[in-house]
Amino acid sequence: MNNWQEISRNGLWRQNPGLVQLLGLCPVLAISNNVVNALALGLATTLVTALSGTAVASVRNLVPNEIRNPIFIMIIAGLVTCVDLAMNAWLHELYLVLGIFIPLITTNCIVMARAEAFASRNSVTEAALDGLMMGLGLTGVLIALGALRELAGKGTLLAGADKLFGEAGHAMVLHLAPANYQFLLALLPPGAFLGLGLLIAGKNLLDARQRRIAATAANPATHAVSQP
Amino acid sequence: MRSAPRQARRSALILASFAAAITLLLAGTWLATRAQVAANQSAARAALLTQALPAALFDNDLAASRQPLPEAAAWLLNGRAAANVYRASKAGRPSGVVFEAAAPNGYGGRIDLLIGIAADGKLQGVRVVGHKETPGLGDYIDQSVSSWARQFSGRDTASHRDWKVKKDGGDIDYVSGATISARAVAAAVGRVSGYFRDHRAALLQGNP
Repeated sequence: MNNWQEISRNGLWRQNPGLVQLLGLCPVLAISNNVVNALALGLATTLVTALSGTAVASVRNLVPNEIRNPIFIMIIAGLVTCVDLAMNAWLHELYLVLGIFIPLITTNCIVMARAEAFASRNSVTEAALDGLMMGLGLTGVLIALGALRELAGKGTLLAGADKLFGEAGHAMVLHLAPANYQFLLALLPPGAFLGLGLLIAGKNLLDARQRRIAATAANPATHAVSQP
Repeated sequence: MRSAPRQARRSALILASFAAAITLLLAGTWLATRAQVAANQSAARAALLTQALPAALFDNDLAASRQPLPEAAAWLLNGRAAANVYRASKAGRPSGVVFEAAAPNGYGGRIDLLIGIAADGKLQGVRVVGHKETPGLGDYIDQSVSSWARQFSGRDTASHRDWKVKKDGGDIDYVSGATISARAVAAAVGRVSGYFRDHRAALLQGNP
């Protein structure tokens, strides 16, 4: 397996920021109460992790080791502010939806963690890919958690999709329960903790099964080799 | 070999130059986006005003017709020392007003509202422009989430007195489990319509 596949697999599954590293829980738990919010925050975070990975990796040789953290923090905060301003100016519709989430990205530890652990030690292209994949991995978890909570809490999927996709979004909303159905626990913060716990358990279950299959596949092979 | 003070000086210089570079980047982005952001904001404000008062009711520049309310009225209606009222006119004749109002007692704190009333005293629109109600729960008062706020349109400020949710004996719908948000908005609408009823002539003539 080459390096790029390795980076992608780490971001999307093995080192998934939402399920394994458990970084950036503050925005994950706060925003995951429906699919549209989750998708929007996930994409904005992906943009910032990819940009900050690129920026940090491209200055990594200029930064003395002992002052790297303040410089990385400065770079990340500066980037988030630039993204915030640019979206406010040129993607105003989307900004009205995402506006409150964008400053939250600065509080997302995953951005700082990847700058420190990966981007400061790898090439620019690798760091950009790592940022992109970590962001997409987080987006996947956010969407799964958002779908779980929206479905359990309100019986809908993709409610408010018109805020992201324009008028066509009205047709994308799925109503799977009576209009007055509501399950408060799933919508409030405790629902986020419970949902995330279920997702982590599900991932561990899948991983354990994978390991078991790999182990049983490996045993007959060694057995076969020992036969004459 | 480098001495400690020299090393510290070097670190400080590098940190300062990064700070300068990022400050330049931010200043540049701010300058490049400033005009567009201001245009977006005034367009958004004009669009919000139109949602509080139907475009067919006026032909003046509503955003430019802004006038401050007296301080006592601002405290009563907006919960702050300053609030504005916008005066609509059609073909030179006063046709309605839009209040900057607020419900100070939402579940998550203050709920900012724009409330439009036509000259005949009928409520035209109640629009939530800012709130911190629980997402997915109390945010149904926001028109971008649900059509709840539309039930105010058409109610007569002169005859309607019971600005309460059904649970409190009024006739305003609410979502159970999130009554506080609806109750707060209904009371705020009631305060504004009472004020309009008492000061109708002065408000329409443009001396609030």
